Amino acid sequence: MTINEIQDEIIGEFAFFDDWMDKYEYIIELGKDLPLINEQYKTEDHLIKGCQSLVWLHADEKDGKVQFTADSDAIITKGLIALMIRVLSDQEPADIAAADLYFINKIGLQEHLSPTRANGLLSMVKQMKMYGLALQARN
Amino acid sequence: MNKTATDIANPVLDIQKIRADFPLLEREMNGKPIVFLDSAASSQKPRQVIEAMDEYYRQQHANVHRGVYQLSQEATDAFERARELVRAFINAPTDKEIIFTRGTTEGINLVASSFGRQFLREGDEVIVSHLEHHSNIVPWQLICEQQGASLRVIPVTESGEFDMAAFRELLSDRTKIVAVNHVSNALGTVNPVEEIIREAHARDIPVLLDGAQAIPHMKVDVQELDVDFYAFSGHKMLGPTGIGILYGKSKWLEAMPPYHGGGEMIHTVSFEKTTYAELPHKFEAGTPDIAGAVGLGAAVEYMMEIGPDVIGQHEHSLLEYATAQLLEIEGLKIYGTADNKAGVISFLVEDIHPYDLGTLLDKQGIAVRTGHHCAQPLMDRYGIPGTVRASFAVYNNREDVDKLVAGVKRAVNMLR
Ligand SMILES: Cc1ncc(COP(=O)(O)O)c(C=O)c1O
Repeated sequence: MTINEIQDEIIGEFAFFDDWMDKYEYIIELGKDLPLINEQYKTEDHLIKGCQSLVWLHADEKDGKVQFTADSDAIITKGLIALMIRVLSDQEPADIAAADLYFINKIGLQEHLSPTRANGLLSMVKQMKMYGLALQARN
Repeated sequence: MNKTATDIANPVLDIQKIRADFPLLEREMNGKPIVFLDSAASSQKPRQVIEAMDEYYRQQHANVHRGVYQLSQEATDAFERARELVRAFINAPTDKEIIFTRGTTEGINLVASSFGRQFLREGDEVIVSHLEHHSNIVPWQLICEQQGASLRVIPVTESGEFDMAAFRELLSDRTKIVAVNHVSNALGTVNPVEEIIREAHARDIPVLLDGAQAIPHMKVDVQELDVDFYAFSGHKMLGPTGIGILYGKSKWLEAMPPYHGGGEMIHTVSFEKTTYAELPHKFEAGTPDIAGAVGLGAAVEYMMEIGPDVIGQHEHSLLEYATAQLLEIEGLKIYGTADNKAGVISFLVEDIHPYDLGTLLDKQGIAVRTGHHCAQPLMDRYGIPGTVRASFAVYNNREDVDKLVAGVKRAVNMLR
């Protein structure tokens, strides 16, 4: 699926929730299910330090596509990471670099990407795109 | 809304009437009536404060201390009246010792910079504590670095109290000033400042108190405390943002060089020599926040009318009620368990991240603070990333606490 197809699919899933708490229940489940980043990558140079929560991000390239794994010490941040990975992982570097991540607004979770939240998510997304750019330039 | 037990048991404080004075409490957050439990960060404002500022801008505004015309005189009177209200509120001997600042942070920076340039020399020491807000750490680090002095830190115990034996050992001939908070913003501990001041004064060392979290919750009498400097913020005590107070004893303020240079703070200016204005104007360069001062004056009047002691008792009863309720939640740990606490509860539940709890409380209309509360060294001391902090003000009631407790329970069930 393309990045936008996945985004639309997520928007569809979230359309079922009309209550905030239900939405978060789902995000928390995603967070709990997120495959853990390999412990060896949970190091200082993979760490994105938010003021409120911490995020670790690792990227690999396989068959011309980028594979992301990530983790956080906060479960809601982790749930949002799971969504980001679902959208951006296993995609072409150029598509990642150019991606317009509109789904986050559509499902009403943009506050978690606000710089004042300082939870590491916004920096993580920037970092993911940087990986995309860097790999695109190299290929 | 139903009257609750404390509201009835406390006839002096008509909580419904007080709540009605705070327009913001009528709004919703995320579709729920707001439960505002973040007053330690900044309190809400009663309409008396909002109206005083509105009235000032509509009817009285002109620059102060300058004009010969009536309006300027009226603005000056309003501004100086606010100073007098603050003086009476903290029982300072004279309003020369009441300096308007932008807040606690600026007050501490002023003392660190001016006192430090005059009195700190190579090898000297400044004592702070492990329980400080960053604003009572960083200004001292800056001046110490500049003067070749160093910072010494009073350790805190597991319950969040100063280790007073260690404090005594830190005091020495090298100590030039002790700067600690009166009440901790992160844990709520009311610190033994009388004892600190007594021991420091026995060695002729002055003491600065960061009163940001004390002044909204208790009667503060600077003469009874015999404190040398006392800094606080208007916005945490029902007043506007952008205005605060530094109280300082004249003997120190007279001996210190000005902090900022500019208009208002001079006596005569020439390129050869400038002489400075008398206190307090020497430390008030530039056009002050006149409307802010007027608003702060109104906040002081509001608090005086209720009575700082009555406010303190009310918050204390909420604190006890909340502590008992929260401790019934399995796995909940309160950080800061001193006997003497003001209306702040910092807690964590098992290894649930404060960001997660805070987010789920927000969605239930409950405003609490999460994170390190600008006290990173303290969080490191406990080995935690931060806490969830609920803090109380005069307008909170038991219903707020009940909603918090229910909200935490619901969030914890989702996160476990
Ligand atoms: C104990 C303490 N000191 C200082 C400050 C800083 O106050 P302000 O930001 O109003 O200058 C605060 C506010 O958070 C505080 O709680």
